[in-house]
Amino acid sequence: MRLVRLVARGTLLHVKQMSRSQFEIATALFVPLVQATLAVYLFRAGSEPHRMLEAAVGAGMMAVWTSVLFGSGGAIQMQRWQGTLEMLMLSPRPPALLIFPITLATAVTGTYAMVATLLWGGLVYRIPLDIAHPLAFVVSVPAAILGLGMFGLLLASTFVLVPNANAVNNALEYPVWLVSGMLVPITVLPGWTGPIGAALPTTWAARAVRESVTGAGPVWPSLGICLAISAACLVAGAAVMSYVERRARANATLALA
Amino acid sequence: MALAIEARALRRTYRTRTGWLNPRRVEIDAVRGVDLDVRRGELFGLLGPNGAGKTTTIKLLNTLLIPTAGSARVCGFDVVTQTREVRRRIGYVFGGDRGLYDRLSALDNLRYFAELYGVPAAAQKRRIGELLELVGLTGRERDRVEGYSRGMRQRLHIARGLLHEPEVLFLDEPSIGVDPVAARELRSTVAGLAATGTTVLLTTHYMAEAEELCDRIAVIAGGEIQALGTADELKHYAQGRRVLEVEAFGVTDAQVQGIAALPGVRAAGVEVIGAGQVLTVASEAAVDVQSDVLRALDGVRLGRVTARQPTLEDAYVAIVNGVDRPSVAVAA
Repeated sequence: MRLVRLVARGTLLHVKQMSRSQFEIATALFVPLVQATLAVYLFRAGSEPHRMLEAAVGAGMMAVWTSVLFGSGGAIQMQRWQGTLEMLMLSPRPPALLIFPITLATAVTGTYAMVATLLWGGLVYRIPLDIAHPLAFVVSVPAAILGLGMFGLLLASTFVLVPNANAVNNALEYPVWLVSGMLVPITVLPGWTGPIGAALPTTWAARAVRESVTGAGPVWPSLGICLAISAACLVAGAAVMSYVERRARANATLALA
Repeated sequence: MALAIEARALRRTYRTRTGWLNPRRVEIDAVRGVDLDVRRGELFGLLGPNGAGKTTTIKLLNTLLIPTAGSARVCGFDVVTQTREVRRRIGYVFGGDRGLYDRLSALDNLRYFAELYGVPAAAQKRRIGELLELVGLTGRERDRVEGYSRGMRQRLHIARGLLHEPEVLFLDEPSIGVDPVAARELRSTVAGLAATGTTVLLTTHYMAEAEELCDRIAVIAGGEIQALGTADELKHYAQGRRVLEVEAFGVTDAQVQGIAALPGVRAAGVEVIGAGQVLTVASEAAVDVQSDVLRALDGVRLGRVTARQPTLEDAYVAIVNGVDRPSVAVAA
């Protein structure tokens, strides 16, 4: 119970801290608009204009992934700049419990990006919110976001060690969009990308959300696989984080100087 | 004798690599074999110039860094292998603007760190209230930290460091950049903590602060402890000296160098205070250099001239001036 309280309070604190940044607010306002526009024009140009909502949801998932990826790396870099990374690590808790609320907070702020993308799609491009399984959609979006937050912990463990995490972020954003089939169907990608996509929780998260929107398949198996892979990432991330924290103390990378 | 902190031959070398095509490895010995014993309930000062190894020593003791060699124990627990046990028993406060969630209130910051340090939920409200009262932030606890003055931030740092009632408190230059009134309040808070049995390890640049607060003081320079004792014991390092202070307006560097070279003069320095300067000349006790110094200042407008006994600051300068800088090794 105390662990749940700790994670909940930590997540709330980091969500509040992130949501009060002017940069974050400006990004949160405009990026979903760009994502929705991208999705709409891609699908209008294609042969399936009726799949606009699917495209908007895919764009929303892209926004969630971007938020988790840049949030995990950026938030840890931000903690380092603020001098709070050392203060967090100094508390008598396993390092994973200190970082997980940060990655979860980035996923929660990503939820907003999903909602904003759908709203922009509706307001600007008149995409109707005609969701096949509304209940499944309402469950799968937060569950997928929770899953991506858990995956974020594994990513974050590398960011504690590497002060220049932004370079890693940039290299991971677009490839994961692609191989996870968030916007472009996996079937049009080369065969060798299949196993990579199947191993990523982002793929299953995007699939579960898409299935809830289109009704093209059962949502729960995809969501289950997403959460199972994410849980494995959480366990691996927690183990790696303890090792990484020790390395960071040896290499003096917890502080800026 | 119960020890709160013990360090044996503590050493820390920083290794950095620069360049891609022609990489160079640079090694800096920040701490070079520090031995330290701090008794429980003692208020212990660590004095030293910038880059002397004060902060690195504190970070080695509070588990933020792993020593390259040597060992240290805090409250009987090893800082490398029993990290969690050490962390439960220590608080860490550092000076400056960083280390807080600026866009949140003091209450948000304190609540989260209370949770992190395992303060029971039922006790959190009372404990936070007590600490806000102690550091004088009651009534401002719901304001965002970004609107706080440097002194208020510093007091919030202290409140956070005390949430879990640590046995040992590390204070790393807590009064840096704080105005004199706030610094006095800070000293009073620290003295109060020591009076209740908390062991305090304080690093500072301010001699008066160290002299007023600390039971014992170690002077660290070049990564090594150069002197250790009470303030009065340390003043012996300046024994055999007398100090002449001259208020002046327009002393040049050449004149200071000329004075430093006078027979019997051990050191000379000038400090700018407001619109004027204070020239401090340390000389051998048996030699009266006053007339020679005044002759060297011919043509300079002078104010008060005083001769005084050496202070802790004079002793500190004497200790630090005799030390080499830490070594930097560069390898291709």
